[in-house]
Amino acid sequence: MPSSTIRNQAYGWLLLTPAAIFLIAFTHYPAIATLGQSFFSESTVIRPAEFVGLENYQIMLTDEVFWKVVRNNIWYAIGTIPASVALAMIMAIWVNGKLAGRGLVRMAYFTPTILPMIAVANIWLFFYTPDIGLIDQFLSMFGFSGRNWLGNPETVLSCIIVMTIWKEAGFFMIFYLAALQSISPELEEAARIEGAGRWYYFRRVTFPLIMPTTLFVLINAVINSFKLVDHLFILTKGGPDNASSLLLYYIYEVAFSFFDEAYAATLTVVLLVTLAIIAIGQFLLMDKRVHYR
Amino acid sequence: MKSVKRYMAVMASALSLLILSSNGALAATELTMYYPVAVGGPLTKVVDGLVADFEKANPDIKVNAIYAGNYNDARIKALAALKSGDPAQLSVMFSIDIYELIEQDAIVAFDDIVETDDDRAWLKSFYPALMENGVTQGKVWGIPFQRSTIVMYYNKDAFREAGLDPDSPPATWDELVSMGQKLVKKDASGNVDRWGLMIPSTGYPYWMFGALTMQNDQVLMNGDGNETYYDAPSTVEALQFWRDLGDKHGVMPANTIEWGTLRQNFLEGKTAMMWHSTGNLTIVKKNATFDFGVAMLPAKKRRGTPTGGGNFYIFKKSTPEERAASMKLIRFLTAPDRTAEWSISTGYIGTRPDAYETDKLKSYVMEFPPAAVARDQLEFATAELSTYQTGRVRKLLDDAIQATLTGAKSPEEALGSAQDQADRLLKRYR
Repeated sequence: MPSSTIRNQAYGWLLLTPAAIFLIAFTHYPAIATLGQSFFSESTVIRPAEFVGLENYQIMLTDEVFWKVVRNNIWYAIGTIPASVALAMIMAIWVNGKLAGRGLVRMAYFTPTILPMIAVANIWLFFYTPDIGLIDQFLSMFGFSGRNWLGNPETVLSCIIVMTIWKEAGFFMIFYLAALQSISPELEEAARIEGAGRWYYFRRVTFPLIMPTTLFVLINAVINSFKLVDHLFILTKGGPDNASSLLLYYIYEVAFSFFDEAYAATLTVVLLVTLAIIAIGQFLLMDKRVHYR
Repeated sequence: MKSVKRYMAVMASALSLLILSSNGALAATELTMYYPVAVGGPLTKVVDGLVADFEKANPDIKVNAIYAGNYNDARIKALAALKSGDPAQLSVMFSIDIYELIEQDAIVAFDDIVETDDDRAWLKSFYPALMENGVTQGKVWGIPFQRSTIVMYYNKDAFREAGLDPDSPPATWDELVSMGQKLVKKDASGNVDRWGLMIPSTGYPYWMFGALTMQNDQVLMNGDGNETYYDAPSTVEALQFWRDLGDKHGVMPANTIEWGTLRQNFLEGKTAMMWHSTGNLTIVKKNATFDFGVAMLPAKKRRGTPTGGGNFYIFKKSTPEERAASMKLIRFLTAPDRTAEWSISTGYIGTRPDAYETDKLKSYVMEFPPAAVARDQLEFATAELSTYQTGRVRKLLDDAIQATLTGAKSPEEALGSAQDQADRLLKRYR
C-alpha cells in the first residue's frame, strides 16, 4: 500500500476520533454495559450484585406491570403516530399555500413545539382538571361537567395521546413544509395544464415526492412514542393504577424510585431491541417506496 | 469564524473568572447540602436566607445549599453525587428514605456523631411523633426539618351556606359523610357544582391512606420496616370507606383525585373540604378569598394522621470536620427561633415544643389559630409508610388504592395481592 494512502487513512481516522470517543462513551458503551447489567442481580452496598443469568428476564415475563405498560405503549403509539403525521402533513400543505397571515399561522402551529414538555403538561393539567379545568368549563356550557379526565383509567391514556399529538404535529409540520418548498412549482403548472385535479396532483405528485420526509418523520414519531415521558411526571405519574404508564416511565421508576438497576437494565434492553427492530423494519419496508433524489 | 473567536474569548474569560472566584471564596470547611421542595411557594428563598444567616454566624463554614427538585429528585441527586465521588455532606431528604439510605450504607446515625451531653439532649428535643420515621435499629438517623401532617382545610362560608356550624367541622367518619352530603351543591340539571370533600389520590395516595388506616386504629408497617399490614381487616375497611365516599355516599368525585390541582379546586370553591399537607397552609391563607378553617382529621376508632416531609441526614462519606460542621448547621437550622420562622413562612410544623414557646410563633398562633392544629394533632400522629425496598412496597399500595378507587378491583382483592407481593419483597429482611 502506498504511504500516501496510509497517511490518508490515518488522517481520516484522526478526524473521526473526537466524535467516535463521544459516541462510544455516551452511546455504545452504556448500551453494552446495560446488556451486561441485565444479567446481574440488584446491587446494594450491603448485597453486591451477582450473576443470575436470565432471571431478570424471567421476572419480567411474569411482571403484570410490565405487560400493562407495554400494552399502553402500543396504544399510545397507535394513537399518536398516524394522527400527528397526518395532521402535520395537512397543516404543512395548508400553510404552504398562499393565504393571508401565513407567517402567523405557521408560528401558531409551531408554538407547541417550542414549549418545554413539562410546561405543556402543566398547562394541560389545568385543561383536564375536573370542574375548574378549561375542558370541563367549556363542556359545562352544554350541561356536561365533572368529567374526571385524568382520574379515570378509561380516559387517561386518550387524554395523554391528544396532548402528545398537539405537541408533536407542529414539529413534524416543519419538515413537511421544507419538503413541500423544495418541490418545483413547474410540476404543479404542468399538472394543471394536463388537467390534473388537486387531489390527483397530491396523490400522484406531492405525496411520492415528500416520501423521504414521511419516512424520516415516521421514524421520529415511533422513537418519540417510546421516548417522550416527561409529561407523565406532571400529569399522572403513570396512574391511576398504571393506566397511563409507558415503558420508559416504568424504567425510570424501577431505576430511580425502586433503585433496582438490574431490572431497569433488563427493561432498557427490551426497549432498545424493540426500537432497533422497528427502525430496521421501517427502513427495509419503506425503502422500496421512497424515491430519493 | 469571527463568532467562533468571540466565543473562545468569552469562554476564556469565564474560565478565569471561575478560577478567581473559587480562590477568593476559600473557606475552612465547605458543605454541600441538597434540599427538596414539595409544596408551592417560594421556599428556596427562605432556605437561602437561613443559610446566609448561618454563614454570617460561622464565617469559617461555607454552605452550598442546592435546590434539588421534589423528594424523589433530591434522593436521586444525593445518591448520584455519592456514587460519582463528589458527595454532599448532608441533605434534606424524604423522611421515609431512611431504609434505602441505610441499605446503600450512605448515612451515619446521629448517635454516632454526637459528642457532648448537650448534643444528646438536643436529639431528644423534638416531638416524638416526628422522630418515628428517623429512628430504626435503636438509633437516630434523621432529624426532622420540613415536616408536615395531613389536616382538613374547610370552607367556612360553605358550611354557613349549608346550615352547618362553621366552628365544628366533622370529628368522626359518620359526621364526615353526613356533613359532606349537606355540603354537596348541585345545579338545576343535577351536575355537582361543589363537592363535600376531596382526598387526593395521585402523587401520594399511600400517605392519605395512612391517615384513614390510623383512624381505624391500624398501622401499615412495623417499626423494623420489614413487614406490612396491607390486608389486615381494618386496612381493608379503611379503603372500602375511601371508595364509598365517592361511590356510595356521593360526597367526593369518583375515581382518582389529582394532588397537584386539588388546592386550586379548594380555592375556587369546588370542594368544601380537602385533606392536604400542612405545608400548604401559608399559601392557602394567602390566596383564599373566603373564610376558611383548619381542623384535625376525623376519627373512626381514634384520630390519626401520618407525619410526612423531610429530615436531615448526614452522609457517611464525610470527614470528621465536615460532620462537625454539618451538625453545627443542622443545630442552627433547627434552633427554636429558626424553626419558628420556618414554620411561619411555610406552614410546616414547628418540629419541637420549645419553638411554640418563642414570641414569634406564640403571637402567630394567637392571631392565626389554624397554625396550631397540626401541632395539636401530633399527639395522634404515626410514622409515614416506610420499609425496606420502600419504593416498590409503597407503589404496591398506591396501585392497590388507585385500582380500588377506580373500581377495577375490590379492596380485599387489591390489598390482598399487594400484601402478597410486599411479603415476597420483604422476606429477605426478616
